[in-house]
Amino acid sequence: MKTFKIPIVASLVIILIAGSVGMLANSYIQLILLFLFVNSIMGMSLNLINGYTGQFSLGHAGFIAIGAYFTSIISTSVPFPSGLGALPVAGFITIGSGLVAGLVGYFVGLPSLRLKGDYLAIVTLGFGEIIRVSLNNIPFFGGAIGISNIPSFPELNFGGFIIDRFLVALIFATFWAVTCFFFIWRLLNSSPGRGFLSVREDEIAAEAMGINTTKMKVQAFVISSFFAGVAGSLYAYFTNYVSPASFTFLMSIDAVIMVVLGGMGSMTGCLASAFFITLLPEILRSLKDYTYGIDLRMVIYSLALILIMILRPQGLFGEKEIFHHWRKNDKSTT
Amino acid sequence: MTSPLLDVQNITMQFGGLKAVDSFSMQISKGQLAGLIGPNGAGKTTVFNMLTGVYQPTSGQVVFNSKSLTGLKPYQISHHGLTRTFQNIRLFKNLTVLENVLIAGHQHIKYTWWDIMTLNKSFSLEEKALNEKGKQILNIFGLYEKWNEKASSLPYGEQRKLEIVRALMTSPEMILLDEPAAGMNHSETHNLMELIAKIRKEFNLTVLLIEHDMKLVMGICENIFVLDHGVKIEEGIPSKIQSSPKVIEAYLGVDSETH
Repeated sequence: MKTFKIPIVASLVIILIAGSVGMLANSYIQLILLFLFVNSIMGMSLNLINGYTGQFSLGHAGFIAIGAYFTSIISTSVPFPSGLGALPVAGFITIGSGLVAGLVGYFVGLPSLRLKGDYLAIVTLGFGEIIRVSLNNIPFFGGAIGISNIPSFPELNFGGFIIDRFLVALIFATFWAVTCFFFIWRLLNSSPGRGFLSVREDEIAAEAMGINTTKMKVQAFVISSFFAGVAGSLYAYFTNYVSPASFTFLMSIDAVIMVVLGGMGSMTGCLASAFFITLLPEILRSLKDYTYGIDLRMVIYSLALILIMILRPQGLFGEKEIFHHWRKNDKSTT
Repeated sequence: MTSPLLDVQNITMQFGGLKAVDSFSMQISKGQLAGLIGPNGAGKTTVFNMLTGVYQPTSGQVVFNSKSLTGLKPYQISHHGLTRTFQNIRLFKNLTVLENVLIAGHQHIKYTWWDIMTLNKSFSLEEKALNEKGKQILNIFGLYEKWNEKASSLPYGEQRKLEIVRALMTSPEMILLDEPAAGMNHSETHNLMELIAKIRKEFNLTVLLIEHDMKLVMGICENIFVLDHGVKIEEGIPSKIQSSPKVIEAYLGVDSETH
């Protein structure tokens, strides 16, 4: 079936590759692998607003925090099943996290999307901070201490055939990353998706052509918030601990860097930069051993970002996708 | 007599202390090709902006197809079948020619989000039909070969044509063309006029155009409205406009002593 064929093949390939890498490595590298998925979803969802719809949002961490806290509170207050039942329960909680984040996105987006450019950036930045400060000061959310002991995925045992808890988490993460990718991908290849692009290109012309630009912007914002909530939910499950300190302004900036670095409006570019941004700081960690204890990690990381933006101001992939080249050749022959 | 397709009743646009358009009225019946002319700064584009909802008139109202357009947003007016092109070209520059055209078909799309996500038959059939319609109109304007090029890479004249194609894709009843021949040379203008006449017949359109090229306006328009300093000074068939002293005065000025 056309609907599921490519996503399922993609999922299997991802699970095969990431699974075999992860099973050979220690739990530190396994966590980094899982974070590749969280960051990818974070980047892809922000790309929908910043890259495709052309609205500059700086409050993505706020939505991620909402998703993460929703998951944490629900998962610690309901009995979390061990065994196979954990997956659907976690799935529903993740959907719930997305929906709550999406709902908040709707109410934040409706008034603030009337603003443009810098002003929208400031409002969304303020929103992100409001969320963080609220979480920090409301005892119900655990205050600055946060929420710990969030259940992680259990080992699955099929009559002696044991699936490692890392693999279970990986399957869960892959499911969501693939869902996010294909949801946004298919959307962009449809009429509403083209509507998003028209808002980015020229709002006045889009209106004159019958596009309800306000509706388009709010739709993009809500979908983006939904997947940010999903990313937050995965974050909570993988770290088993959330605190307001995790969802600072810097997290929003990281998401923006992913979008800009990959190329505004390129899904595969965004994935590539999510990998880059997740892996580079970790790879550079061992550098300290060679520089007599001086930590140059963040210096090199920043330099790399600056160099890329100087050499490729349009981002790694520009507006292109990694397979645009052969797709174009394909079209010319038909 | 049947009621006109577009009935503009005493619209006024006031920007602070400046009256850009002062109680302007016009009637255009279905199928007509009308022209709106006037010296620079006369308020022609302001009239267009009021008709398409970019500005809300300070007073007066616009009736289209016996429905009032007062208070409607631009996209709603487009849904009513009234669309436009822009004086300063407003294409979706970074998108391809075909994407530009497909976007304008959005309001007629019937498939749901479920259809998009499952890539089912109603999705693919409707997308295919939309693509074919777009390519067919592009073909009329000789832009078919360039469907996969970026809109910003087209030469100026073709960008103007693409704007018209895009407007046609909304399946309008009436189209407002804001200086469609601006920046075109003589033969391009001539070619464009033939195209406008052709699409008018083929799509059963009513056309209102703003133009500075008098030869062109007098050549194809059936009814002309003349605007000067926001006030309508004359209307009628081309021969009447050509011999009207008021119009000549507006364009050429009068002796300072007699004024």
